[in-house]
Formats: sequence, C-alpha cells, structure tokens
Amino acid sequence: MRLAYYPGCSLDSTAIEYGLSTKQTCKLLGVELVEIEDWNCCGATSAHNTNKMLSLALPARNLAIAEKMGLDILAPCAACYNRFKAAEVAVRHDSDIRQKIQKIIEMEYSADNRTLSILEFLVNKIGVAKISQKVTRSLKGMKAVCYYGCLLVRPVEHTGFDDTEDPQTMDQIVKALGAEVLDWSHKTECCGAALATSRPDVGKKMIYEVLKNAKAAGADCIVTACPVCHMNLDMRQEAVEKMFNTEFNIPVYYVTELVAYAGGESPEAIGTNRHFVEAVKYLKTLPEKAAQMEEQKSKKTGQKAAVKEDQEALSKKINAIKKGLEKNPEKVVARIIPDEEKAKILAGIINNDDKKISKLAELMVTDIEKAKKAAEAFITVEQKKQQKQVDSN
Amino acid sequence: MGNAVKLTPVSEKDKALLSKIEEEAGTSINLCYQCGKCTAGCPAAFAMDYTPRQVIRLLQLGMVQKALEVESIWICATCETCSARCPRGVDIASLMDALRREALKQNKINDKKVAVFNKGFLWFVENFGRSFEAGILMYHNILTRQFLKDAELGIPMMKRGKVSPFPEIILGKDEVKRIFQRVEEMGGE
Repeated sequence: MRLAYYPGCSLDSTAIEYGLSTKQTCKLLGVELVEIEDWNCCGATSAHNTNKMLSLALPARNLAIAEKMGLDILAPCAACYNRFKAAEVAVRHDSDIRQKIQKIIEMEYSADNRTLSILEFLVNKIGVAKISQKVTRSLKGMKAVCYYGCLLVRPVEHTGFDDTEDPQTMDQIVKALGAEVLDWSHKTECCGAALATSRPDVGKKMIYEVLKNAKAAGADCIVTACPVCHMNLDMRQEAVEKMFNTEFNIPVYYVTELVAYAGGESPEAIGTNRHFVEAVKYLKTLPEKAAQMEEQKSKKTGQKAAVKEDQEALSKKINAIKKGLEKNPEKVVARIIPDEEKAKILAGIINNDDKKISKLAELMVTDIEKAKKAAEAFITVEQKKQQKQVDSN
Repeated sequence: MGNAVKLTPVSEKDKALLSKIEEEAGTSINLCYQCGKCTAGCPAAFAMDYTPRQVIRLLQLGMVQKALEVESIWICATCETCSARCPRGVDIASLMDALRREALKQNKINDKKVAVFNKGFLWFVENFGRSFEAGILMYHNILTRQFLKDAELGIPMMKRGKVSPFPEIILGKDEVKRIFQRVEEMGGE
C-alpha cells in the first residue's frame, strides 16, 4: 500500500516521537509513505478562528498535491486530520466552494482522494489481525486507557469511522498488542487544546480531569493519537500536578509508539526516550508484570486444584471406612473402641444405621478423638437403654 | 431584577448580522429549544460567563452585540461535544467559531491572548508556509507581556529535539502568501 504522508508542523518537532513511530509502524506493516512535496501548514485552529475560507484553502493546497500523486493521505496529527477532512468534505459536497478554493489555491482539486486518520488506517486499511501477527514483544502486563480526545471522532459527518461517544478502534489496536485496555469516562472529553497556553486556569483544569480519571480507572498509562493531547497530558503533566498538589506520574504514549515497540522496535528509535514523563521504564517492566500476572494466575488455579484433590482423597477414605463398618463392623470399630464387649455393642448399634455409619466414618477420618467420644456416647446411650429394659423386666 | 435583561426591538442591522452569522455557521438558532444538553456536556462551561445555551439564547433574543462580547466564545475549545450531542442538530461549535470571527472583525475581543496567538501563528504560515513554534511562543509572550510564560519548558523541549530554533521555509511560500491575499480580497466569506 502507498499513501501520501502529511506530517504537519508537529510530527517533526513537538511530536517527534509520533513522526518516528508512525514511520516505523508503516515499515513494519509494509506500507510505503510518500511525503507530500513542499507541504504547507494546515492553519490549525488559528485559521478557522480567523477566516473560514482560509481554513479550507490551506489544507486544500496539500490535498490537491496529493490528488495529483493519485494517493490517499495519511494525516496522523488529529488536528491536521480534522482540518483536512473539513476541506475535503466541503469541496466534495459544495461545487461553489470547490470553484472558489480552486481559484484561491491556483490548482485543480475535486476531492477524489481521501484523508485517513491513523486509527482508521490501522483498523480499516491494515486490520487488527495483521497487527497482532506482527507482535514480537507482547505488551502483556500493560494496563492502558485509550484517549481519543475531540478531533478524531468529531464531527461525525467528517470522521465517521468510529463512535463519537464510545469509540473502539484504538482500544482494538492496543488490545491486539497484548495489553489490557480499561473502560473509562474520559475517552472523548476535551483536553482544552490551546487553552493551556491562552487560559492556563481553564486548560490545566481540563487536563487535570483527564489525568485524574485515567488514574481512577486503574490505568498505568494513557494512549493517544493526537499531538495536542499528548503535549498537554505529557509535557504539562508536572505543572498540572503542581497546580493541584497531586502526583500522577503516568506515561502517555502515541498508539504508533506501542505498535512499533510491540513489533520489536527500540524505544530510542521511536523517540519514547524524549517524553517529559519517563516512559521507557514502564515498557521495560512489562515482561516482569506479565510474569507476575501469570504466576498469580497459576497460583490461584494451583490452590483450587489442591483443595479439590484433598477433598477427593478425603471422601475416598471416608467411603472406604464406611464400607468397612458395613461389612466388618467389629473389626473396624476396634480401632476406636479397644474394649471387645463395647465394640460388640457398638457394632450392634450401627448395624443397618446408615446415618450413624456415615457420621462415625467421617469422624474417624477427620478427627479420631471426636470419633472415640461419639462412639462412647452411642454405647452409653445403648447401655442405658438396655439397663432400663432389664429394670422394667 | 439583578439578572433581568432589558429587551428592545432588534435593529435591522443586528437582524442582518444574525442571519450572516447563521449562514456562515451553517446552522439555525431557532431550532434550539433551550434544553441545555450543550452546557451539560461542555468541558469548559465551568469557566464561562455565559454557558453555551445562554449564548444561543442571547442570539435568539437578538442580542448579537452582547453575544460578541462574552468571554465564553474565547473559552470554547471547539471540541464539538455540544454539536455532536444537540438533539435539534444545532451546530453550536460552528456558531462559536462564527462569533469569534465576527468579534475579531469588529475588534470586540474579550480575550486578547487567544487572538494574539492566532495572529502570530498565521503570520508565520503566511510568510514561511509553515508554523514555527518557538517563534510563535516568543511573539505571544512579548505581545501579551508574559515574558517568562512556559519558559521552563523551552530548554527541555530543545534538549529533546522538540523545537527548532529556526523556522522551516517552504519552496512554495509565495503560493501560500497568495492564498492569504486572495482570501483577503474575497472578504473572508
């Protein structure tokens, strides 16, 4: 498969680990990426906050170049993806906008090609089964929550590859790598994006909510597919911890870092050592965590098996004694009642009395002293009965 | 009477402005029946002076000028949760976008920091074809007089190879500059 690749302004800089790991992921999956030649910035939020036509024209120039190459586009940055989709859909469905855009960018563009997000690409174009085949270093032992944020799932008319409220694609990918993926509340809540810069009082509270709820769900790490989310959750985590006087220390990975790492790539080659919150150590502890999990599991099943075995052995012994008491009572009761006379009486008492046989047999196996006492009690009662008969005669 | 508003007949000028905003946002405010689902799901509503529902109410009452002055339109992070959940299909996020653009045009900017950031960001795109993070941050800090803001992140970012001290300039920078010019000529519609 060949795709036009749009790194945008962040995949070579602030999100360098996303860029490196996307390339390694594609190499692993046998996908050729051709960078869009001389691409320009998509305009991001600043353009659509300022001028609608500008916000459509800036991505359209890149889309037009890719269309000339005859390729669909992979735009891993969720913000670029979102702007590309807005331009693509507007041009495809509105001939008036199409004409205006073509005039502005001085290029033919009819939106014949499609922009793919990293999640859509991995799940729908590659497939989860193929990804799991490429795993040489399982992420077993990892407890992760997947954080989709806003731009990958909204608006659904543009994105449409996953559910807006409870998306699953990233969960499927991370599961395929061997990790445990936890359900949680903040999958598609907003991290505040640029508010962390322009209004830190608002932005940091939003980041705090995401981090807090990830921890509350029991996650040891967060997985994301957006450089804005990653920057907020990773780079600003320390400042948020300070502001709210708490400690999270939770690593945040790009989904492609995990695919490439599980495929055998070294953390350094994909930039995982460049995070602000230390993220390599956790990956290295996974085999140990997985082994611990295995051990606990086998211990549990082992214990269960041992208990079952004991019970089986016990009931076998009890049954054997029961049979003995039925067939040869005098000999068997001699074990608890050495006195021959008494033993005879006891044998007489239990003869054909299943209840008493069962009780004695069980006690003889589990607690011999109790068995002796019970036997003596049976005998005493019987002796008293006989005495009464003698007296009344 | 503290929260009461004085309603005066809506001027023709405001009526025209309102329909322009609706058209640009591609949505109709009269669809809204004020259920408040937008506000309930808004992750930034806690910091807003007027909640998303209230902003729409202002528009429904014809108080366009007031709506352009509220702080909320600059706190909205465009996460689009409101639009995704609106049972009446009102594209609230797009309305917020249109309001921001109109406020910029009228120079009614409640939160200068967001506008300054956007201006700086686009200046680099217009002249180099790509954004330039280190430059934008410096520009933003100087113009908003927060010289040391995020300074503690600068060196760690450079150490990690996450920001370049120099901008990247594309070959087609003139093409991009012409995009800005033509959009300007069209009047931004």
